[in-house]
Amino acid sequence: MKVLIADDEPNIVTSLEFLMRGCDYEVRVARDGEEALRLAGEFRPDVLLLDVMMPLCDGFEVCRRLRADPATRGVRILILTAHGREAEVERGLALGADAYITKPFSNKALVAAVRGLLAPSA
Amino acid sequence: MLETWVVVVAAFAYLGLLFAIAYYADQRADAGRSVIASPYIYSLSLAVYATAWTFYGSVGRAAENGVGFLPIYIGPTLMIALWWVVMRKILRISKQNRITSLADFIASRYGKSAALGGVVTVIAVIGIVPYISLQLKAVSASFITVAGPVPLLGDTALWVALILAAFTIAFGTRHLDAAEHHEGMVAAIAFESLVKLVAFLAVGAWVSWGLYNGFGDIFARAAADPKLEPMLAPFGGVGGDYSSWIWLTILSMLAIMFLPRQFQVTVIENKDESHLRKAIWLFPLYMLAINVFVLPIAFGGLLHFPSGSVDADSFVLTLPMSQKQELLALVVFLGGLSAATGMVIVETIALSTMVCNDLVMPVLLRMRTLRLNQRRDLTGLLLGIRRGAIVLILLLGYLYFKVAGEAYALVSIGLISFAAVAQFAPAALGGVFWKGATRRGALAGLGAGFAVWFYTLLLPAFARSDWLPIGFLEQGPFGIELLKPVALFGVTGLDQITHAMIWSMLANVGAYVGVSLMRSPSAEEHRQATLFVDVFKRPAGGARLRRGTASETELFNLLARFVGLRAASEAFAEHARRGPEADLVHFVENQLAGVIGAASAHIMLAAVVKEEALTLDEVRAVLDEASQIVVYSHRLEQKSQELERATAELRAANERLTELDRMKDEFVSTVSHELRTPLTSIRSFTEILHDHPQLPPAERERFLGIVIKETERLTRLIGQVLDVSRLESGRVEWHESLLDMRQVIEDTAASASPLFKERSVRLECELPARVPRVKADLDRIVQVVVNLLSNAVKFVEPGRGRVVIVLAEEGEFLRVDVRDNGPGVRPEHREVIFDKFRQAGDPLAGKPQGSGLGLYISRRIIEHSGGRLWVSSRPEEGACFSFTLPLVGEASLDKAA
Repeated sequence: MKVLIADDEPNIVTSLEFLMRGCDYEVRVARDGEEALRLAGEFRPDVLLLDVMMPLCDGFEVCRRLRADPATRGVRILILTAHGREAEVERGLALGADAYITKPFSNKALVAAVRGLLAPSA
Repeated sequence: MLETWVVVVAAFAYLGLLFAIAYYADQRADAGRSVIASPYIYSLSLAVYATAWTFYGSVGRAAENGVGFLPIYIGPTLMIALWWVVMRKILRISKQNRITSLADFIASRYGKSAALGGVVTVIAVIGIVPYISLQLKAVSASFITVAGPVPLLGDTALWVALILAAFTIAFGTRHLDAAEHHEGMVAAIAFESLVKLVAFLAVGAWVSWGLYNGFGDIFARAAADPKLEPMLAPFGGVGGDYSSWIWLTILSMLAIMFLPRQFQVTVIENKDESHLRKAIWLFPLYMLAINVFVLPIAFGGLLHFPSGSVDADSFVLTLPMSQKQELLALVVFLGGLSAATGMVIVETIALSTMVCNDLVMPVLLRMRTLRLNQRRDLTGLLLGIRRGAIVLILLLGYLYFKVAGEAYALVSIGLISFAAVAQFAPAALGGVFWKGATRRGALAGLGAGFAVWFYTLLLPAFARSDWLPIGFLEQGPFGIELLKPVALFGVTGLDQITHAMIWSMLANVGAYVGVSLMRSPSAEEHRQATLFVDVFKRPAGGARLRRGTASETELFNLLARFVGLRAASEAFAEHARRGPEADLVHFVENQLAGVIGAASAHIMLAAVVKEEALTLDEVRAVLDEASQIVVYSHRLEQKSQELERATAELRAANERLTELDRMKDEFVSTVSHELRTPLTSIRSFTEILHDHPQLPPAERERFLGIVIKETERLTRLIGQVLDVSRLESGRVEWHESLLDMRQVIEDTAASASPLFKERSVRLECELPARVPRVKADLDRIVQVVVNLLSNAVKFVEPGRGRVVIVLAEEGEFLRVDVRDNGPGVRPEHREVIFDKFRQAGDPLAGKPQGSGLGLYISRRIIEHSGGRLWVSSRPEEGACFSFTLPLVGEASLDKAA
C-alpha cells in the first residue's frame, strides 16, 4: 500500500511519515499542492493525506484536479484541516474527498481512518 | 259596450303578461345575461314619460287648444339635446357615488344631508300624488267607457288603486337589490311603451283613414268649421299666449329630468352611459310618433261629436266605440292601461325607495330603542316599509282623485305635479355645476319653492273642489287681495301654471342662490361638491388605475408624508383587504382629504396621478388652503431630510460595525488555525513517544526537540496574539523613558547573536559614535529590533547570509535600517506583509517559521512612538526594513535629565 503525504509543515510531515511507516506503508512526501499533483501521477498512491492550507495550490484545488483526471480518480483522499469548520469540510467532501480529520488529530484516529479507506469494503 | 268580464279578463291577462316579461328579465339578469342592456330597450323605457295623460289627455288638450298640447313634448325634445352635457354628468356622478334615488342624489350633493333627503322625499310624494290620481282617474274612466259602470264593483277608482298597488308590490319589491336595479321592471316598461305606441297609432290610423279620408280631409273639414278654424293657427288657442308656451316648455324640460320615475329609468336603471347616445334621438322620435295623430283624432272627435256631449279626453275610446269597433276599443283600452300602469309602477317604486331610504330609515336608525344597528338582516323590514309606502302612495292618489280629481282635466292635474318636481331643478342642476351651493341654500330654495307651489297650485285645487272655502280663491285669504293664490301680489293675466311657476321659481332660485352665498360651504359639502362638479376631471373608478396612471409606491409615499409610515401602511393594508377592484387613487385621496382637506388632497394627487389639468377656478379655490400646506410640507420636508441624514449616518456606522465584526471573525478563525498547527505536532509526537517506549534514543531526542520547539512557537504565538489584541483595544501600558538607541541596538544584537551563529549568518552594526536620545518604551523597541533581526535571519541563505544594522540621525528623527542580502520583498508584497497573518515566504524554500504577526505588531509599536516603519527592497539585492523615532526637544530632554 502506498501513501502520499501532502503538507507544508515539516514537523507534521515528520510525524505522519513515522505513523505511516509504522503501518508498513510505502510513503512519499509533497511540500505543496503542485508537488502533490505531480507525485500523485508518478507515485500512484492508494491514499493521499492532504493538508488544506498549502502554498501554490491548496488542498481543495488538488482534490478537484485529482478527481478530474481519469488517471488519478481512484485515489482515496483524507483531508487534514486545521480550521475544522463545517463549511470547509463540506467543500472538501463535495470536491471528492473521501474523509477528513481535524488538526490536532489523535494518532490512533488517523491510522484508523487511513485503514478504513484502504479496507476492501470502502 | 263590451262585456265587463271580457274587459276584466283582458286587463288581467295583460298584467299577467307584463309580470311574465318581468320575471323572465329578472331570471336572465340573475344568470348574468341582461336583456335590458341595449340602447333600444333603454330608450323605450324612457318613454314611461308618456302616461295616460299623453294617451288620453293630449287629445283632450288639443280639442281645447289646438297645438297647445305640444310644449309638453317640445320641452323634453329640447332638453334631451343637452343630455350629453347634463345627464351624462348626473349619470357618472350617480354611478360613482352609488346613488339610489333623486332624493339620495340631492342629499348626497349637499354633504350627505339626511334632512335634505327627507325634504326632497316629502315634496316628491306630495307633488306626485296628483299625477298618480290622474292615472287612476284615466283607468277607471276608460274602463267605464269601454265596459260601462259596474254596480258590483262600486268605486272603480278604488279597485284600480288596490289592484295596481298589489301589482306594483309583486313587481318591484320581490327582492332587494343593493344598487336598486329592477331589470324585470325595466323590461316590462319597455314592452308597455311599445304597446301604448302601437295602440295609439292604430286608433290614429283608423280615425284618419277609416273614419275620414286622411289628414287633408280632416283639416279641410276643421278649417271649414267656424268653431274649429281658430285652433289651426299656431298659438291661436293657447290660453295665456306665448308666455304659457315658454313656461310649459321649461316645465316639461325640467320634468323629463326630475320626475322621480324619469330619474329612476334614466339614471338608476341605466346599464351603460353610451346608451344615452341613441336615446338622444330615439326618444324624441318616439314622442313624435305618439303625437302624430293627436290633432287628427282631436278634430275627428270634435267633428264627430259636435254637440260637446263627449269628454274630449276619451275620444280615442269613444270614436271606435261609436263605430262598433270593439276590438280596436279594447286594444286602445289596453294601450291606455299600459300607459297608466307603466307610470304608476315606476313612480311608486321610485317613491317607495325614497320614502324608505331617505325618510323612514334615517329616522328608525336614529331611534336607539329599536336597536336596528344590532340587527343583522334588515331586508324584511326594508321590504315591509316599501310595500307600505306603495299602498300609501296609491291610496293618497285615490284620495286626491276623490277630493280634487273631478274638477280638473287630465292635463291640468299632471301639470300640477310637473310644477312640483320642477322645484328640484335649482338644487339638482345647481349642485352639478356650482360648487358654491350649500346645504342651507338647497333647503331654503326647496322649501320656498314648495311653499309657493303648495299655495298657488295645490290649495286652489282643493278650493275648486269645495274642500276649502272658494272665497279663499276669489278674494284671497282673510280677504287680502294681494295674497290671492292665483294672482299673487296683484299679478294677473297669466294662466295658473305660468303664474305659479314664475313665483315658485323666483322664490326657489332666489333663496337657493341667496342663502348659498351667505356662507361658504363646510368641508364636507365642499368635498361632495368637488366630487359632483368635477366628476369628469377625476379618474373614473378603477379603470384609470388599472391603466397604471399612478404607481403604488408614489401613492404610498405621498400618503406616508402626511399621515406617517405606520398609518399609511395600515391604510394600504386596509385597502388591500377591499380587494383588487377598489380604486387606490380615490382611496388615497379620501385618506388625504381627511388630513388636509379635499381640495388640497386633489392637488397633491394631481402631482402623482396623470389626469386632466386643473382649471384656474379650482386652483383659485384651493389657494388659501394650499399656501398653508406649502408651509406645512416645507417643514415636513426639512424634518424628513434630517431624518434621511441621520439614517445615512446610522447605515454607514452599521456597515463599519459589520465590517469590523467580519474582520474579528476572520482574525479568530486565523488565530485558531495558527494555534492548531504547532499543537498538531506536539500532540502527535507526544503520542508517538507515549506509544513507543522502545524508540531509539536519537529518534526520541529528535522528537522531543520538535515538541519543545513547537511549544516555544505556541507560546510566542499566544504572546503575539495577546499583543495584537491589546494594541488594537489600546490597553497596552507604555513605560516610556529616554533611550540611547546605540545601546539598545548593541544589546539586542548581542542577545541575538546565538541565533545568527546557529544559521551561520553574519551580523554587523554600523553605529555613529553618539546620537541624541529618544523617548520610548524600552521593551517594545527591543521587541521591534528582535523581530526585524529574526525576520532577516530567517530569509537569508545560511552560510552566505549577511545582515547589517545602521543607525543614523535624519532631521528630527533617528533612523534604524536592518539590511539583508536575502531574496528581497517583491513590490506587490511591500504593504501586505504588514497585515496580520500575512507572510511573503518563498514557496520553493518552504514555509517560513512565524506567525505573520511580528511585522504588524512592530509597525503598531513604532507608529505609537511617533515614527514610521517601512520596507525598501530590490529583488535579488535583499530587503531593507527601516524605522524612525522622533528626537525629543531640548526642554523635555533637560527635564528628563
